[in-house]
Amino acid sequence: MKNINRYGYFFIAPFWLVFLVFSIYPVALTFYYSFTNYTGSGEAQLVGLANYKRLLTDTYFVEAFFNTWKIWGVNFALQMGLALILAMIFSDMRIKLKGIAFFRSIFYLPNLITISSVALLFGILLDWQHGSLNMMLMKLGIISDPINWLNEPTSAQLSVSLILTWMWFGHSFIVVMAGVSGISKDYYEAALIDGANRWQTFSKITIPLLKPILLYIMITSLIGGLQLFDLPMLLTDGIGSPDGSLNTMVLYLYNQAFKYNNYGYAAAVAYGLFVITLIFSAFIFKGMYGKERKQPRQV
Amino acid sequence: MIGKTAVDNSLSNSVQKKSVIETKPKRKISIPKLLIYALLIAMAIVCFIPFLMMLVNATRSNEAILSGFTLIPGSALVENYQTMMSYINIWAGFKNSLFISVLVTLLSGYFSALTAYGFAFYVFKGKNAMFVFMLVMMMVPGQLGLIGFYELCKNLGILDTYIPLIIPAAASPFVVFFLRQYILTTLHPSLIEAARIDGASEFKIFHTIAIPIMMPAIATMSIFTFIGSWNNYIMPLVVLFSPEKFTLPVLMGFLKGSQVAQNLGSMYLGIAISVVPIMVAFLFLSKYIVNSISAGSIKE
Repeated sequence: MKNINRYGYFFIAPFWLVFLVFSIYPVALTFYYSFTNYTGSGEAQLVGLANYKRLLTDTYFVEAFFNTWKIWGVNFALQMGLALILAMIFSDMRIKLKGIAFFRSIFYLPNLITISSVALLFGILLDWQHGSLNMMLMKLGIISDPINWLNEPTSAQLSVSLILTWMWFGHSFIVVMAGVSGISKDYYEAALIDGANRWQTFSKITIPLLKPILLYIMITSLIGGLQLFDLPMLLTDGIGSPDGSLNTMVLYLYNQAFKYNNYGYAAAVAYGLFVITLIFSAFIFKGMYGKERKQPRQV
Repeated sequence: MIGKTAVDNSLSNSVQKKSVIETKPKRKISIPKLLIYALLIAMAIVCFIPFLMMLVNATRSNEAILSGFTLIPGSALVENYQTMMSYINIWAGFKNSLFISVLVTLLSGYFSALTAYGFAFYVFKGKNAMFVFMLVMMMVPGQLGLIGFYELCKNLGILDTYIPLIIPAAASPFVVFFLRQYILTTLHPSLIEAARIDGASEFKIFHTIAIPIMMPAIATMSIFTFIGSWNNYIMPLVVLFSPEKFTLPVLMGFLKGSQVAQNLGSMYLGIAISVVPIMVAFLFLSKYIVNSISAGSIKE
């Protein structure tokens, strides 16, 4: 039997070989570069904590941080709001809606489309003069003058948030529904007998029991949101115009490294982003579970 | 907790409330329901209208698009196609993306299954430490190692090849984690013992017993792996330089900066070509994909 267990190493060896070379090593190398002034060619010289000091005082990075948060935050609030309202409607025992499979599919569809295609599509649909969106809204009489969606900081950020909402609310809805369908019908029947109204049922039964699922959505969405790159890159000129309002942290990282050849500094940006992600994930976790040290409920 | 209070309340309230419940629904049933349906259909239209605009505009000439909005298809589809193809070969991008995504999916599926099996059914030194380390690395965002990854590829001389886009898929911690959880609950060790007694080698057991059992979970993960690889933008953007090697997302970015951008009809058509096959695939797979998302989030 002892010999057989040695096979375990053979089974996991290919994984670890690739993992060490293509995941661990790059992460470690990036960490090393973050203490150097490496520019992509020549020797890397150690500069101590200079890159990190620069990071903390870099107004562009701070701005990128807040931009990313604003864009993600608005999107997340809208996305979760829609997903929860939809889940509330579809799980309501008194309404019993049909066609959930159809609506679910349609709502989810935008999520499957390549983000670069989405960015390009909205880039021309939102065009100020020739974009179909302005033309349609004007034809329908909703607006009288074309809106310059992507050329004004606030509306540009809002546009990106709305595109993200459009892309992700269907996904969140599916995940929430999966959680809802795991909640025992007994709770809802009891609530119905008690005469609890829809809002009470929803806020006192559905939400608390969905906590693990909500946590899952929030953390995955946050990690994805802090890495926002494709949309701002392709919707704008690649540096986050207008006025730097679409400059996100990863876009800044990309430009520092591959546009300006500041590899050392870009490596520090990457680690800054990582630390920020860790802190906020921990924050969300604490906030949702706080003092009650309960085991997350398996749905 | 909640169930208990609900029951307590029900004891005190049920008498008064029961009559309300019984009389309420009958009359009110149709109007709010209709309103909700109207709302849902409106949302479905909002979800779909950008695609509709894209499809319609792909068939209209540049002048027609500039002059106004309509949802009636035009007749410039062939011209748009010719204009676009004279600048970029979108099918080449398609082929490249497909080639990479299929290989990534196969590699990720096979090697993750192999690793998951190794973690699940053998006892060896350092196993738990390795597993925990893998889980910790799972939390690390992909961009963290981007610069080191680029340097590594430069030093290995594999920039502008597909190797950096394909080989790393052999190490996918999340897939390993998911498959390990799955096989621990579906494959009983006694089955493996029986095969051993029959004289099957360890790898044969893996290939003929474990893989078939894991197949549903591998398929679930494969959908996400494929979509993730198909949509990946930043990695091929960093690694590839030659336009003929570009994947579809990178080619889309390239399209934006090219001459095609002058002709909106061709531009819409290019985007439509990148989008429609996914939509068609989704038509057939939607139920399966939706179920996979549900399973993935709950198993997590």
